[in-house]
Amino acid sequence: MTQYQEKAKITRFEQLSENIVRLTLYSPDIAAATKPGQFVMIKAGKGKDPLLRRPFSVHQTTSDGHLQILFKVVGRGTDMLARRKEGEEISVFGPLGKGYKIEKSKPACLVGGGLGIAPLLLLAKSISRMKMDTSKDVIILGGRSADEIKALVKDFKQFGIKVLVATDDGSLGHHGFVTDVMKNTRLADDSVVYTCGPEMMMMAVKNICAIKGLQCQVSIESVMACGMGACLGCTKHTKDNRYVHVCLDGPVFNAEDLKWNL
Amino acid sequence: MEFVRNGDEIFPDLRVNIGSLELKNPVMTASGTFGYAREFENLMNLHRLGAVIVKGISLAPRSGNPPPRIVETACGMLNAIGLQNVGVERFIKEKMVYLQGLQIPVIVNILGDSIDEYQEITERLSGVKGIAAIEVNISCPNVKKGGVAFGTQAHMAKAVTEAVKMKSSVPVMVKLSPNVTDIAEMARAVEDGGADSVSLINTLIGMAIDLESRRPKLANVIGGLSGPAIKPVALRMVYQVAKAVSIPVIGIGGIDSTEDALEFMLAGASAVQIGTANFINPRVSEDIVEGMHRYVIDHNLSSIRELIGALEVK
Repeated sequence: MTQYQEKAKITRFEQLSENIVRLTLYSPDIAAATKPGQFVMIKAGKGKDPLLRRPFSVHQTTSDGHLQILFKVVGRGTDMLARRKEGEEISVFGPLGKGYKIEKSKPACLVGGGLGIAPLLLLAKSISRMKMDTSKDVIILGGRSADEIKALVKDFKQFGIKVLVATDDGSLGHHGFVTDVMKNTRLADDSVVYTCGPEMMMMAVKNICAIKGLQCQVSIESVMACGMGACLGCTKHTKDNRYVHVCLDGPVFNAEDLKWNL
Repeated sequence: MEFVRNGDEIFPDLRVNIGSLELKNPVMTASGTFGYAREFENLMNLHRLGAVIVKGISLAPRSGNPPPRIVETACGMLNAIGLQNVGVERFIKEKMVYLQGLQIPVIVNILGDSIDEYQEITERLSGVKGIAAIEVNISCPNVKKGGVAFGTQAHMAKAVTEAVKMKSSVPVMVKLSPNVTDIAEMARAVEDGGADSVSLINTLIGMAIDLESRRPKLANVIGGLSGPAIKPVALRMVYQVAKAVSIPVIGIGGIDSTEDALEFMLAGASAVQIGTANFINPRVSEDIVEGMHRYVIDHNLSSIRELIGALEVK
């Protein structure tokens, strides 16, 4: 797998809600090499503080060399990144990690919560292109409120796959959790569930999959220093108490391989 | 930039000697920040490096500490990886083949819980082709017994050095801990023990606390601080050690530019190791070598060796 370090120009800056930002970067080598579920490491500022790059899953890529990341301002790194302007260059390094394994012959169910929706857009596009029949596929998106996810829902609808929505406050779609929607949706027995979101949500999704006997792929978030297997900082426990590294072995794992103890 | 051969001279001349080991330039990658080198092969030209130092190896494989293992701090980071590694047998079987194919010196960092263990690893490595030197880690802060007693008591440091020297067929570099009262005393002890060179500093022990949860940010509670935040401390220690010993000193600590590296050489380092900076810019070591080329040309030096210990204090 080839990786690249590129100076990428910010070609578009979108403020999707009060603290959610989408950046479009011109990063042709990385964009062309990225598969759904992979991530990039981005230097938020220019100096030595904050020191480390931040990992971001790739939200979308285009054939003309652009890639997008979607993030919420949660700390100093993301705050700095949210202050960057169109036309500025930032250092991007990737693509990294192992992404989703798309099962072409099986119905897909994508479940995203909050910022976990980010990698699912590229996944949805890939699924819509790789599969002959997406009539049994479904995308379930959840967020706090309409304000947080309205713009994203629109983007997902362009692939012709059924999109269902849940919000905590009921301002868009089902009033409640994505897992409520998932439970009430008839999924084919051989469906594959692809999910990303808060760990509590993913654990609930995993539990539903275990009951229904469905394969479940989860994308895990972790603090990491390098993103490429050198620092060994992003450890997760497997169910048999071994360690795996999110950057090399993931970020996408089979849900049942991991230890879930929240 | 390429080496230009001018008669028998190599210009610009970046060669340095670490005892009997000649490096084509003074830039090495620090143990634990560069994996087993292969991880970086697509991101830089490994052959530009002076040497590569691989992740610390113990006798048996170690799985390391529970997460969280790293946390960012002001201009630095804390880590408590816990010396996760594949163990010496798998290292030789799985990692050495690739390293043997590199046209640069490979230095193997070793660690143990007892003098016997250090000696056994050294013995196991000494027949292996392609190892240019051994770096003895007596200073990792993150594992109980993990060399820490060796790194903080002069007589123990000397004893480990003697033990490794006895079994080693290649030069021995000893990596010193900064978490001591007098690092020059430690350097003299390992010099007495027969060390061919010393490298310093390893990480400074620190901690970070999450105010909301009232818990330490690292599962291990304490960890090793690295990055630009520690550079002034490292520079001072290299300066003190270089005055105290006559063996070559290798400078480590927060180096992320050519300027940083050259400051360490002025302070007395014959070579440097790049650590945490590899995480942020995987190409940084190669960039620093290029910067040295330019510096030597721009400043009309006959060799980069002119800078070693050339600090003018008065």
